[in-house]
Amino acid sequence: MFKLSTSLRAIAGALALGVVCASALAADKVVAITSFVEHPALDAVRDGTKDELIAEGFEPGKNLKWDFQSAQGNAGTAGQIAKKFVGDNPDAIVVIGTPSAQPMVASTKTIPVVYSAIADPMAAQLVKDWKPSGTNVTGLSHMLDPVKQVEIIRRVVPNAKRVGIVYNPGEANSVSALNNIKGELQKQGITLVEAAAPRSVDVAPAAKSLIGKIDVMYSTTDNNVVSVFESLAKVCNDAKIPLIASDTGSVKRGAVAALGVNFYDLGRQTGRVVARILKGEKAGDIASSTSKNLELYVNTAAAQKQGVTLTPEFLKSATKVLN
Amino acid sequence: MSLYTLWGALEIGLIFSLVALGVLISFRILVFPDLTVDGSFPLGGAVAATMIAAGFDPFLSTFVAILAGAVAGFITAWLNVRLKIMDLLASILMMIALYSINLRVMGKPNIPLISEPTIFTVLQPEWIPDFIARPLILLVVVTGVKLLLDWFFSCEIGLAMRATGANARMARAQGIATGRATLAGMALANALVAFAGALFAQTQGGADISMGIGTIVIGLAAVIIGENILPARRLVWTTLAVILGAILYRFFIALALNSDFIGLQAQDLNLVTAVLVMLALVLPMGKRKLKLLKKGA
Repeated sequence: MFKLSTSLRAIAGALALGVVCASALAADKVVAITSFVEHPALDAVRDGTKDELIAEGFEPGKNLKWDFQSAQGNAGTAGQIAKKFVGDNPDAIVVIGTPSAQPMVASTKTIPVVYSAIADPMAAQLVKDWKPSGTNVTGLSHMLDPVKQVEIIRRVVPNAKRVGIVYNPGEANSVSALNNIKGELQKQGITLVEAAAPRSVDVAPAAKSLIGKIDVMYSTTDNNVVSVFESLAKVCNDAKIPLIASDTGSVKRGAVAALGVNFYDLGRQTGRVVARILKGEKAGDIASSTSKNLELYVNTAAAQKQGVTLTPEFLKSATKVLN
Repeated sequence: MSLYTLWGALEIGLIFSLVALGVLISFRILVFPDLTVDGSFPLGGAVAATMIAAGFDPFLSTFVAILAGAVAGFITAWLNVRLKIMDLLASILMMIALYSINLRVMGKPNIPLISEPTIFTVLQPEWIPDFIARPLILLVVVTGVKLLLDWFFSCEIGLAMRATGANARMARAQGIATGRATLAGMALANALVAFAGALFAQTQGGADISMGIGTIVIGLAAVIIGENILPARRLVWTTLAVILGAILYRFFIALALNSDFIGLQAQDLNLVTAVLVMLALVLPMGKRKLKLLKKGA
């Protein structure tokens, strides 16, 4: 025997309360923002977006309702947040991270959605290309511009003819980063020499196999390589091969230099796009883009070990110089 | 709280009710603490998304996803029954292995299904908006699954499975092949979970390698909430109870998402959900105590 118990009644009451209170809050403009998890890079994007909106004259609590939700790493919750945002019908939605972006884009075709910190928005099917989408979606990717990456390689080693890369063929992001830079290197007449490292323990042997065949070593944000970056740096130190990374965190771990994304700045760029939408532009008319202001980190101690002399101009252009 | 939020909670609640039914079979009926769920849920999503993206029919893709889940559950049970690995450990091993297998199946960590046909786009009549159509389709699916399970557990094989969980030694004495019953039951449980994963990927715009994290916790919570709000001895009612439990759990999350008016923030979400679930479990007990007190007086 059973009875629908008191708890059910309590829930019904609480739900009713939620409806009343949600409708009582109304502000001039509403921005709903969600990230899949909370971690330093993604939080920096969120804070950058907020600060830029304040700079543009949209102040949370005054003339802007700022609704932040984190899925706390749970895919089901990310789906529910997407539904909640559609129901709240804000002026713009910001989504940070692919697992939060996909259910959002799948849930609304009308509310403007600005994605941010998505490595490959085309592979995630958020937009078709970098042009204005014509849909309700636009945003910022942290994909690295291959032209700028090759430029850094050439500034460190001006006469580089052969570039080596150690990568994990099983990691999608790594493979796409590799193909990304491969084309640009070919254009400039530089050969790319690849060595596969399916496991972290394979990184050092793979790097050693490249010695003698390359003038400079480049690393993508491959998880295997980044996790044992010191062992890659050691191989390069021993062989006096300059090592260039593509994330600033790897510079203090032994790379000569890296031109990487500043996630706070990516957030500021995101905020600018949101502000344009709040001022009346259509999301579909705004082109997707990548981070504009990259940060250059340089490690002079590593340069010495790997036999590179860095020009004073290069050091001057660095955001941060480590010794 | 908006209508969208409520329909959305119903949609995801119905999907997770299939997980809850799977967990009911493993944890309650077979008494097999099964963590495979955290791997078989994304396995279902991975198989369905990969096949749909490759151009296969969404119904066929979903069916293959269900079979993949059944195989996963079968292997977990096989590790336990044939190789004598402790049940909990067997399921943990399978859960870990499935992470790599899911990456292999997808070939990358994320497969989007934003413009591809899904079983929902095929079934959905044009005049119903999809935020209403999807929960309605799911309601039909879940009701069908529930009725099939009720029938299954009243027929001979199903009863043998229940006997295996209730008292394995007694069941063996009655001539039931308890090993085989466990293998079949675990396959069935994880097939349901993979089915949920396949439906989840098709409603949420794609499959992601991270989509399985915490599935077992949600499934267990749904079972326990369900058993609490609808305590019943007959399995027909228990299956209904866990479905309600799964939906209710999603309503709690929807409520927690809308709790900013009492000064709560995004990071409080899981805490609020936990407190709401706790209240749902404790309140009926308080009522019983109250009754007892009245009787005493």
